[in-house]
Amino acid sequence: MSLFNVFAVSGSAMTAQSMRLNAVASNLANADSIVSSDGQPYRAKQVVFEATPMGGNTATGVRVTQVVNDASPPRMVYDPKNPAADEKGYVAFPNVNVVEEMTNMISASRSYQTNVEVLNTAKTMMLRTLQIGQG
Amino acid sequence: MSDLSSHMRVLSQALSLRAERHQVLASNIANADTPNYKARDFDFTQAMQSALGGRGLGGLGLARTDSGHQGGAGAGARPQLQYRAEVQSAVDGNTVDMDVERAQISENALQYEILTRLISDRLQGMRTAISSNQS
Repeated sequence: MSLFNVFAVSGSAMTAQSMRLNAVASNLANADSIVSSDGQPYRAKQVVFEATPMGGNTATGVRVTQVVNDASPPRMVYDPKNPAADEKGYVAFPNVNVVEEMTNMISASRSYQTNVEVLNTAKTMMLRTLQIGQG
Repeated sequence: MSDLSSHMRVLSQALSLRAERHQVLASNIANADTPNYKARDFDFTQAMQSALGGRGLGGLGLARTDSGHQGGAGAGARPQLQYRAEVQSAVDGNTVDMDVERAQISENALQYEILTRLISDRLQGMRTAISSNQS
C-alpha cells in the first residue's frame, strides 16, 4: 500500500520544517547576544535540507543533513560605553538578519501547513478505500 | 464470475496508480525547499495503458518462488517517472511549483475518490443482482 509511504514522506518534511523553525527561533532570540557560550558573538544557524529516498523508488522524503553557522561577518555597532567594545569603540553583534529570519519563519510555517494538508488528503483517501462496498 | 474480476481489475489498477501518484506528488511537496530537487510526476494515461497491456516495468504483482505458489495478477505496473517541465527557475535549482503540485494533488485525490465510488457502485450492482429474486 503505497499510501502509507505518504505518511513517512510528509512526516519527514514536517520534522525538517520544524527544525528550520527551531533554528529561526534560536536566531531571533539571540539577535542581540553579543557573547555566546564560546565568548564570541552568537552566529546565525541555518539548516541544510537534503532529499532522501524513502521506501520504493517514488517516495522521496527530506532530512536535515547539518546545521551550519552563517559565514557572514558580524554586525559592527559603534558603542564605546559598552564593556564588550574593542579599542576603536565598536561592538561585534551577531550576524542575524532579522528580516531574513522572519521570511524564513513564514516560509517554514507555510511549508509545514502544506505537508499537514497532504497528510490529511492521504488519510481521507485511505478512509474512502476502507468504505468501499459499505453503502 | 471472470467478468466481474476483470471489471474490477481495471478499477483497482487505476486505484493503485492514483495512490502511487499521490506518493510522488507528496514527495514533491515535501521537497519544496530542498536545493537542487527536481519535481517528478508520471503520465497517468500512459501508465494506465501500459499497466493494462501488461507492459509495466517490474510490476507490483506477486513473485512466484515456488511451483506451488499462486500467480497474482498484480495490482498494477510501476509507472515511468518523468521530470516536470520547469515554469519558473529558482536560484537553488529547485523546480517544485507549489501551485501546480497543489492543483495536481487535489485532482488526484478527487479521481481516487471517484474510483472508490465506482467500485462501490459496481459491488452494489452485484448485490442487487444477487438479491433480486429473493423477495
